[in-house]
Amino acid sequence: MAKKEPKKLEYFTDWKYAPSPEATDHIRLQKQYDLFINGKFVKPNSGKYFDTINPATEEKISSIAEANDKDVDSAVKAARGAYDKTWSKMPAKERAKYIYRIARLIQERARELSVIETLDGGKSIRESRDIDVPLAANHFFYYAGWADKLEYAFPNRHPKSLGVAGQVIPWNFPLLMAAWKIAPALATGNTVVLKPAETTSLTALKLAEIIQESGLPDGVVNIITGHGPVGASMVNHKDINKIAFTGSTNVGKWIQKAVAGTDKKLTLELGGKAANIIFEDAPINQAVEGIINGIFFNQGHVCCAGSRLFVQESVAEEVIRKLKDRLETLIVGDPLDKNTDIGAINSKMQLNKINEYLKIGVNDGAEMYQSSCTIPKKGFFVRPTLFLNTSQSHRISQEEIFGPVLAIQTFRTIEEVIEKANNIPYGLSAGVWTDKGSRIFNLTSKLRAGVVWANTYNKFDPTSPFGGYKESGFGREGGLHGLMPYLKF
Amino acid sequence: MTYDFRQSPVVDQVGIEERVARFNTRSIKKGSKVQALKLALNMIDLTTLEGKDTEGKVTQMCYKAMHPHLALPDLPSTAAVCVYPTMVKVAKEALKGSKVKVASVSTAFPSGNSTMQIKLLDTKLALDNGADEIDMVISRGEFLKGNYNFVFDEIAAIKDLTHKYNARLKVIFETGEISTLDNVRRASDIAIYAGADFIKTSTGKIGVAATMPVTLVMLDAIKDYYFKTGIQVGMKPAGGISTAKGALQYLVMLHETLGNAWLDNKWFRFGASSLANDLILQLEKEAKGVYFSKDYISVD
Repeated sequence: MAKKEPKKLEYFTDWKYAPSPEATDHIRLQKQYDLFINGKFVKPNSGKYFDTINPATEEKISSIAEANDKDVDSAVKAARGAYDKTWSKMPAKERAKYIYRIARLIQERARELSVIETLDGGKSIRESRDIDVPLAANHFFYYAGWADKLEYAFPNRHPKSLGVAGQVIPWNFPLLMAAWKIAPALATGNTVVLKPAETTSLTALKLAEIIQESGLPDGVVNIITGHGPVGASMVNHKDINKIAFTGSTNVGKWIQKAVAGTDKKLTLELGGKAANIIFEDAPINQAVEGIINGIFFNQGHVCCAGSRLFVQESVAEEVIRKLKDRLETLIVGDPLDKNTDIGAINSKMQLNKINEYLKIGVNDGAEMYQSSCTIPKKGFFVRPTLFLNTSQSHRISQEEIFGPVLAIQTFRTIEEVIEKANNIPYGLSAGVWTDKGSRIFNLTSKLRAGVVWANTYNKFDPTSPFGGYKESGFGREGGLHGLMPYLKF
Repeated sequence: MTYDFRQSPVVDQVGIEERVARFNTRSIKKGSKVQALKLALNMIDLTTLEGKDTEGKVTQMCYKAMHPHLALPDLPSTAAVCVYPTMVKVAKEALKGSKVKVASVSTAFPSGNSTMQIKLLDTKLALDNGADEIDMVISRGEFLKGNYNFVFDEIAAIKDLTHKYNARLKVIFETGEISTLDNVRRASDIAIYAGADFIKTSTGKIGVAATMPVTLVMLDAIKDYYFKTGIQVGMKPAGGISTAKGALQYLVMLHETLGNAWLDNKWFRFGASSLANDLILQLEKEAKGVYFSKDYISVD
């Protein structure tokens, strides 16, 4: 048999998928959003508003209130009042009913929430529709179930609520992170002041509408919007009992310093630079799919993204060839199109950061490979990118990029890959791909990461705890463990 | 080229099912839908494999293969008709002058439980009658015993014969019987390396026929072989695909796994009997904006 030079396969040339955008005409959005304090939407003390834009078009969607210290104070007062007067006194099974009702209302308005999440944040409608919104509802359902069973969850430990929880969430999964924070706080009998990220406030404010509709007593959940200083003001507020933060490691370090010496409880879910490890006996085609899902899910704006790939030497050529091929079938573009795999980068700032890292990678001597796809002229987009021949010491292998950029290294022995995988300040997650069960268990005990996925990646479930080691933070969210940071014993 | 079939790549079923679910979220609309519906029609092996088949029925089916629906102009013909060896002559005559090929099942279809001698004679009969393509079955018993060399040799022997007649060979695994995806992958590798022009899922004669996960495993095997050798191998899911929506999902999977080069009935077929009419129904709807009663579409 004459061996011909294998050709590159071509996609989307003869059969192009016609645009299939999700309708937006059913969406009800106001021109301007106020702060949600004590069950009502109130104007910010500052009188200031800022624009929230659609990162795929750079067009303004709405104006969002900028809170200041006074607003933070009145939100905390409302939360304290609600805690003292109603929420801490309410029988737990009554609390559960409200949480359950919020879950149902999220389900009922799933389509609207998905579209707004995509408009405001740039993620593909497929993901907001199939992942973010259903998971958010599931978190409320799950924690509704725990509310009246805390004594069983922690037998003989007499769990008690803390009081007011101050929660600051990031822009990568706006509604889902709000659900991760609010649901366990309410189930354990705490009241909440929540601040969404400034680029993605809309679904949190829609959640405020849902909370109003659910009849939750006024002040139990307060949602205030604005930039960094609002979060800082919450962290420094004297009457907050607990801070829960998800975001960057730098801000996390600052928060930890700020709460030192106070009696505030703290959980931090910070950055990551996960190792995704492919052994030669892995189901290669499915592993390739897992690599793609690991790094390109949500444009790589995922703290647990599999951004460092380790491939065993003997299959490296095959895996890289297949990755390059698979890159060509990823559809990048309009996030509202139901066929889009990779949507828009969340903000101009993040786009600049990613582009800066692409330059750093090339300058440091790694080989950059990008999909040949065309990206929209308007809006914030990046081609899915692989970096080949990277070193452990390259900045793109060490620092969190938070974008669709994968740094690839090869390894020979299992000891080598464990050492390299752990050789990083982060420790949030990892992936292991092998057909051998014993090897999976060996690695899960040796990898210093909060979550280790075996033969899959980026799987989330309300029943499963999530959180990090080292500079990826501490405290767990989700599952039984997710109740503990909101309780004293 | 040597290849140890015990070393065929492993397949993770959960991963395969997730990938299939992703294909099924693709939304195919407007022009791209019409294009795909026509392509699917053009990829059908219109099939009748019944003990009660008559010459009349085969002749009528052949007319349908050439002219799927006269009320709609510009429709392609189907790729082929698929019949028993005894009906090949009838089909050949009925299709004279058209591009529609005649495929014949053989090798003691559907069970494959016979001797090599009989299988070769069965195939020769079909070829002598003028079959353009042979759909053979593998010996599932030998495969499940681990007699991979037997299966390889069997396919190679039939291929030797079809090659002499310049006919293309499709190899049916009956994936419902070999059951696991690891087995499907191994059977695919055996058939491809033994010279199959097409690999095919099922006979349509048992309960479990073509599924998307099974087809994806087979497409992956074809792709791996293409990457190694540059040689294209065709794919034919058969049985169980009866709706246009289902066919479009298969085409999306084909397209995003093997690319444009396979979007042609030279490289992909649907083994189906009722699929054609649903494709026609949907094409009518796309052309005229409303659904027609099925009574307007012939049932040959």
